[in-house]
Amino acid sequence: MSTLDWFVLLGTMIGIAAYGTWRTRHTDNLNTYLKGNHSTKWGTIGLSVMATQASTITYLSLPGQAYENGIAFIQNYFGLPLALILVCAVFLPIYRKLGVYTAYEYLGKRFDQKTRLLGAGLFLLQRGIQAGITIYAPAIILSTAFGWRLDLTIVFTGIVAIVYTVTGGSAAVNLTQKWQMAVIFGGMITAFVILLTKLPDNATHIAGVMGKLQAVDYTPDPKLRYTFWSGLLGGFFLSLSYFGTDQTQVQRYIGGAALREGRLGLMFNALFKIPMQFFIVMLGALLFVFYQFQPDTPLVFNQSAWQRQVQGPAGAEFRALEERHTVLHAAKQEKIRAWTAAEQSGDTAAESAARVELAAAQKASDALRKQARDTLYAAAPEAKKTRDSDYVFITFILTQLPHGVIGLLVAVMFASALSSKAGELNALGTTSTIDLWRAFRPLAAHDEARNVRNAKWFTAFWGLFAIGFALYVSFAENLIEALNIIASVFYPPLLGVFLVAFFLRKVGGTAVFWAAVATQLLLLGLFYFGKDTVAYLWLNPIGCAACVGFALFFQALLPGRPAATP
Amino acid sequence: MSRPPAPEEDSPGVPGFRTWRGVYLFVFGCFLLVVFALTLFARFYA
Repeated sequence: MSTLDWFVLLGTMIGIAAYGTWRTRHTDNLNTYLKGNHSTKWGTIGLSVMATQASTITYLSLPGQAYENGIAFIQNYFGLPLALILVCAVFLPIYRKLGVYTAYEYLGKRFDQKTRLLGAGLFLLQRGIQAGITIYAPAIILSTAFGWRLDLTIVFTGIVAIVYTVTGGSAAVNLTQKWQMAVIFGGMITAFVILLTKLPDNATHIAGVMGKLQAVDYTPDPKLRYTFWSGLLGGFFLSLSYFGTDQTQVQRYIGGAALREGRLGLMFNALFKIPMQFFIVMLGALLFVFYQFQPDTPLVFNQSAWQRQVQGPAGAEFRALEERHTVLHAAKQEKIRAWTAAEQSGDTAAESAARVELAAAQKASDALRKQARDTLYAAAPEAKKTRDSDYVFITFILTQLPHGVIGLLVAVMFASALSSKAGELNALGTTSTIDLWRAFRPLAAHDEARNVRNAKWFTAFWGLFAIGFALYVSFAENLIEALNIIASVFYPPLLGVFLVAFFLRKVGGTAVFWAAVATQLLLLGLFYFGKDTVAYLWLNPIGCAACVGFALFFQALLPGRPAATP
Repeated sequence: MSRPPAPEEDSPGVPGFRTWRGVYLFVFGCFLLVVFALTLFARFYA
């Protein structure tokens, strides 16, 4: 990176954080600290919800995933708009009406203290670990690509997020997320436009014929990870859990000037989330086309790890793979040109024949890439911590974009890490204060200054915990992928408890508490013993239905019926 | 506990929409449109 890139990167990253810290430095009111400014409008809430959900993985890894497997991942978001409508219509009005700070505080009012603690505990356990990954995942990719020290990248990112989140709480998070999203949108659109200028006219057709544009798959096979059905049903329950019961999101929309602002902020996401994700996965599919025409397309995109092996003692084996790649890549380019010519000639038979030959060339190329990755992982096991596709977009940024824009795109990655990280810390600090500390120290509830002080300490604690966890997991392998699935294992009982709370007035705390415990055990069993037969998204509807069913069953066994509260 | 909840208005205050149900139906309709467009997109470029 040049001086200009560093200026853009540090200017945006530090500048936004400093602005947020300064603007919210006098936040000493508990309500403002935990829920944000009373005058927050729907636009800020909408961007804040979007920024919290989309971490660096969204902008860095998703284009790479589309490069590798096409744009089918978009189906994961099909349940989101429907879930947001339900959150707007049912969840949000109840949270606002009761004036709660956390979603779990509602469980205490509706059921009892143990159910509230169970909900808060499940959230803290899962989100505390995720907060570490939010820092670790981008740090390992960026540090590998740029040759930075991983530990320093993790500590620096974590400390910046801690400073402004602790200082200004929810108000600072909302304020900074708005500007961070502006940087993200600006950077991603700039990269997309520059990519478009480098593509052939029929780039979309080439992506299509090479199988990268299969956006919707209606096959009703539960083993397939991304289909219309798994995205609609599994995605609906996953989104309902995340937006309706995860304090990270609840905190973003629970405040605001009025109920209307929260609702419109969520509807903004319901409308624009799928188009935004489509734009990101299309970037990946078009990057695939771009690299088909580059003479120096790398065989493995994690060039830092690859070059170490090329220049190492087993370099001959790696250079031989590179030579085979050069031959196959050139042959594939010829096949693409032959298909383009056949397609433009209007000769259907020739087009079909060219298409078959192109598919065979792509298959050979994919097989060689897999062999190269396996060879690399055998020689350097630490390279397995990330997927090679994670380096596709960052390679494009570093090799194809002009200076200044490189800094802007790296700022996009850090801005997205900070925005999602800050949302998490804010929610973890709030839940620890309201649902744990205040639950055990009820007399302290009226001391507002002490509450704010404690919320700040808890936020700092979770920030340091996340940094520590991120430093620790750097010694583990495949953890990122495992933790992406963890939400589907731990969310469903929580969502089941909330659905019982909202819709089954006759079920009481004891029944729903044990139902959640039983469901959690069931899901852990299903995950470990049935992972080859059920794709992880299906755990969401299964777990949610099981929790509701167990709750009804246990309630029927218990003597007496509790009186329903809101 | 937090401040007592203020009375919340029921109108979305969005031009063209008098009720929240109308807003939800609009969002749902847009979702169907997006899925339909993506299906056509996938078929066209298959």
